[in-house]
Amino acid sequence: MARDDRIGNQGTEEIASLVGKSFSPLFLLRGQFIMSLPIDADSRFASYAHPDRLVSTEWLAANLSTPGLVILESNEDFLLYDIGHIPHAVKVDWHTDLNDEDTRDYIDGEAFAALMASKGISRETTVVIYGDKSNWWAAYALWVFTLFGHEDVRLLDGGRDKWIAEGRELTREKPVVTPAQYPVVARDDSSIRAFLPQVLEHFGKPMIDVRSAEEYSGERTHMPAYPEEGTLRGGHIPSAASVPWALAAAEDGTFRSREELEEIYLANAGLTPGDDIITYCRIGERSSHTWFALQFLLGFENVRNYDGSWTEWGNAVRVPIVKGSEPGAIPAGFGA
Amino acid sequence: MSGLPEELAEIVDDFQAVTERERLELLLEFSEELPALPQRFADHPDLLEQVVECQSPLFLTIEVEAGGEQNVSLFFSAPPEAPTTRGFASILHQGLNGLPAATVLSVPDDMPNLLGLTRALTPLRLRGMTAMLARIKRQVNERLTAPNA
Repeated sequence: MARDDRIGNQGTEEIASLVGKSFSPLFLLRGQFIMSLPIDADSRFASYAHPDRLVSTEWLAANLSTPGLVILESNEDFLLYDIGHIPHAVKVDWHTDLNDEDTRDYIDGEAFAALMASKGISRETTVVIYGDKSNWWAAYALWVFTLFGHEDVRLLDGGRDKWIAEGRELTREKPVVTPAQYPVVARDDSSIRAFLPQVLEHFGKPMIDVRSAEEYSGERTHMPAYPEEGTLRGGHIPSAASVPWALAAAEDGTFRSREELEEIYLANAGLTPGDDIITYCRIGERSSHTWFALQFLLGFENVRNYDGSWTEWGNAVRVPIVKGSEPGAIPAGFGA
Repeated sequence: MSGLPEELAEIVDDFQAVTERERLELLLEFSEELPALPQRFADHPDLLEQVVECQSPLFLTIEVEAGGEQNVSLFFSAPPEAPTTRGFASILHQGLNGLPAATVLSVPDDMPNLLGLTRALTPLRLRGMTAMLARIKRQVNERLTAPNA
């Protein structure tokens, strides 16, 4: 996945540098859009490993109606989009759109293709996702898009809150979507997604638990101010480092600078370049935010999100846990 | 809807009569109809109890009429950026506000599951409304046993 991304990024950058700021969309004879939008050259993103994965509110405001762009809003609150959203944005809901209804899993390639088509997204479309709560649910949607290898999917840095804080336009008008063609692409769970058996095999390599300190220690099995979700035991996966997801976000919901992220994840959490990392939280949404920061902002190429997370691990038979604020040792019989 | 007071039963019927998509639009309409707190509570947010089970900040309190049928008044506070939570609060407000304490206490605890939203909304989202109802009933019980508190 990381390799594919690099190729894609190079392509985007080359094209952007060729055409410069006066870049205009190219069309095939049949009118099909074939190119991504230029990247946001905002200097704030320059030091990140993949600056093309973020756009600023200024960039988005200037590109609202640029052909080839689809803006998606992904929130925790199901109705939040409906009370006002960025002009031209369409809604995607993690629960009703991205989760399979019958299996605890994501939708398959056919359902994803149908969903994309219904949102007016083709394989070549540049997708910018934003949402509430420092983009936590937007990052989750972006992670699912990446499972399907959608090439050009970016986050609006700062998300919904920053857009509103800057007094930018909101509308309740739902855009008229022209359905697009989207190919059926098999979901690739091998690169950025981890399952429980793989977590057991991962002992000895770094894991990041992004939940709150109380969830990590086992004092509670859910987020502060959130109800129980039926997890039998509280604690964390042995040896996992505690780095609450929100540390990666600044006050205004934007991602912290590269230097600050390196302080958090390298200096403090002990990650080193080249590490093979697994992130997890409660159901895999908050850890998607951390996955994004590690993979695209710090440039780690092997980061997998364990979406089973604590709702699976905390209930699973014969898997070890650790209580308390220390990471704890790798249990006997596990690890290299 | 047997077991539900008339006003709440009508709301439940309205939800059940329409498609899932329309139910969500209905919930959005309810969210916009939630009345603001009266000044005496707006000035004293400390008098409200937080429903920590909700995914967004939601505070509520009640008043019970001293005499007569001990009619219950409901007061909610939730930010505009929490429309789902506001919608649930508004349903309870329109369905239960002003009814006798005994009637409020008789509402089945699982009433939120009757709205036909269990597929569209996650269990977590619906549990917030169940928790609001539970806390309302608990507060009513407390007032009845200690009316001067």
